[in-house]
Amino acid sequence: MRDASRSAAAAGLRPWRTHTVRVREILAEVEGVATYDLAFRDESAGAAYRFAPGQFNMLYLPGAGECAISISEDRATSAGYRHTVRVAGNVTKTLTGLRPGDTLGLRGPFGTSWPITDCIGRDVVLVAGGIGLAPLRPAIGSLMRNARQFGRRHLLYGARSPESLLYWRQYEEWSQAGIRVHTTVDRADSRWTGHVGVATLLLERLDAIDARNAVLMCCGPEVMMRFTIAAALNRGFAPDRIWVSLERNMQCGVGLCGHCQMGGEFVCRDGPVFRYDRVAPFLDVEAF
Amino acid sequence: MNGHSGADAGQRFLHKDRFPCLLEQLEAMGYSVIGPTLDQHAIVYDRIRSVDDLPRGWTDEQQPGSYRVRRRTDDAWFGYVVGPHSWKGYLFPTPVVIARAAREGGDWEFKEADDAPPKFAFLGVRACEIAAIRVQDRVFLAESYVDPIYEGRRTRALIVAVNCEQAASTCFCPSMGTGPRCTSGFDLALTELSDGFVVEVGTAEGAALLATLDSSEASISQLRAAQAARRSASEQIERSLDTRGLRDLLMDNLEHPRWDETASRCLSCANCTMVCPTCFCGSVEEVSDLAGGRVERRRRWDSCFNIDFSYMNGGHVRDSIRSRYRQWLTHKLASWNDQFGTSGCVGCGRCITWCPSGIDLTEEVLAIRGDAPVSEGSS
Repeated sequence: MRDASRSAAAAGLRPWRTHTVRVREILAEVEGVATYDLAFRDESAGAAYRFAPGQFNMLYLPGAGECAISISEDRATSAGYRHTVRVAGNVTKTLTGLRPGDTLGLRGPFGTSWPITDCIGRDVVLVAGGIGLAPLRPAIGSLMRNARQFGRRHLLYGARSPESLLYWRQYEEWSQAGIRVHTTVDRADSRWTGHVGVATLLLERLDAIDARNAVLMCCGPEVMMRFTIAAALNRGFAPDRIWVSLERNMQCGVGLCGHCQMGGEFVCRDGPVFRYDRVAPFLDVEAF
Repeated sequence: MNGHSGADAGQRFLHKDRFPCLLEQLEAMGYSVIGPTLDQHAIVYDRIRSVDDLPRGWTDEQQPGSYRVRRRTDDAWFGYVVGPHSWKGYLFPTPVVIARAAREGGDWEFKEADDAPPKFAFLGVRACEIAAIRVQDRVFLAESYVDPIYEGRRTRALIVAVNCEQAASTCFCPSMGTGPRCTSGFDLALTELSDGFVVEVGTAEGAALLATLDSSEASISQLRAAQAARRSASEQIERSLDTRGLRDLLMDNLEHPRWDETASRCLSCANCTMVCPTCFCGSVEEVSDLAGGRVERRRRWDSCFNIDFSYMNGGHVRDSIRSRYRQWLTHKLASWNDQFGTSGCVGCGRCITWCPSGIDLTEEVLAIRGDAPVSEGSS
């Protein structure tokens, strides 16, 4: 038994290995949200680093702690690794004190990714709410490249107000690449001429789609995702082609600390991107 | 039949007079010997430097919500069951530094903990505790990411098991298939007799250790006495947990009214998770020097019963005692199987004994099983 434990350990990855990364650029997004472009100080570590759309890193601010932040842009459009962060707690607040040139720690990438290869030959619907667009943006990048591989591609995006629409400067570019961008807001102002209401309504109204064969990827507040799933199932999407990105308290990122459990799933390791049918039994159980 | 059945072949007898040599030999091999000792009216695991440190002549009496040490009528050295401690205190210590950060030349530099892991010899490991170590091996060593603290200590540790010769009212190891007899997972396993120990060898390291000691071939009467002593532990076990279909039973009853009833008795104190030999949850805290340029990352045991455990983004996922007790029990007895292919429970009964309300997980399961709707295909 001791020999068995020894050989298992020899092959193990190191959970607490932390890289020094440098802030290259800080992009103000919407209120309370900024994108941090982070570059590995050790170039070989940077060159070896690979991630898939939907995965996250643990960003570490010594003395404050760590936070799980999804990688919000794929590498092809950025020299560093972009992380879009909404100020939500102590660590994210401390992050706002950093300036270009400052260093911090990074562990990762962790977790599962969006099923891009499953989208080949199918219509694709991305549904995002608020900051939930950030983990989906690398998937948008993947869907823009090799566009001919995919069917019709839609982004349905809901935000609280017109001024809180994340990445609004890029919608034109995404549209030109063939991704139809549909937006809606909870509260309009006098200049807003678009939809008002929840993103679910956009899904109900969407017509140019072969729902039975389409892939749906969703990220937003959990209640928004529950309604989106219900609407998608209603429209004939298959439960095994609906994907959600879940959020839980994550500390280790690798399934060792126990915080993020949802039933048998460690959200940090077995998620954050889950095929809906795998977590369906738990999503409707309150406080599980 | 000459009494030397296959299972008993090669067993040795170590007289109690010779036992100090075992401790000396372990020390000479560089081990810190950790074993049972009496402290603050409980039998706990601590550094053992001589046989005088053992709880000779003491036993424990356990009931739901109750633990007392009592004088025995004899002078047994290992005449108790299990106390509040488990070996995870040494293999998965709390607190422990897992990483460090230092600001050097303006940039943050990061290091994983590289302290030399201590080399422990565990003396007095029970069968249920071997099972618990096996469960934590699965958690910390068998997935793609390995816990370096656990790994360093576990791979160096030597296990000298001691078979139970009595059971507490809270024990239910046979239900979990973990005891009371130590069958594997040890270097040496002892069964205590009045004047010495019958010794079984589990590994080459154990055999090498035993070879340095002045032992003799165990006689038929010694082997029979050891068998009888072990049998008395089996015979005293009165509690049980029906594990048939248990995973589905619990996962199919996440809204059972019993969770509300249990929540009215549970204090959410986290005692059960602290004494549980398999609970592995932890949190990392930042410990900074005054200038903020040197930071230690210290991991402490945490518990799903602490409300902040599930805190996220302005709210707690499990904000009620009902949801937290349900999380603990369903994890321990159901979703643990999904995660690790084994139950998280080894039947040691600590969570029953050390619960200030005397909540008994075997009773909780019985209550849910009792009036649970019959689900097709399960159980």
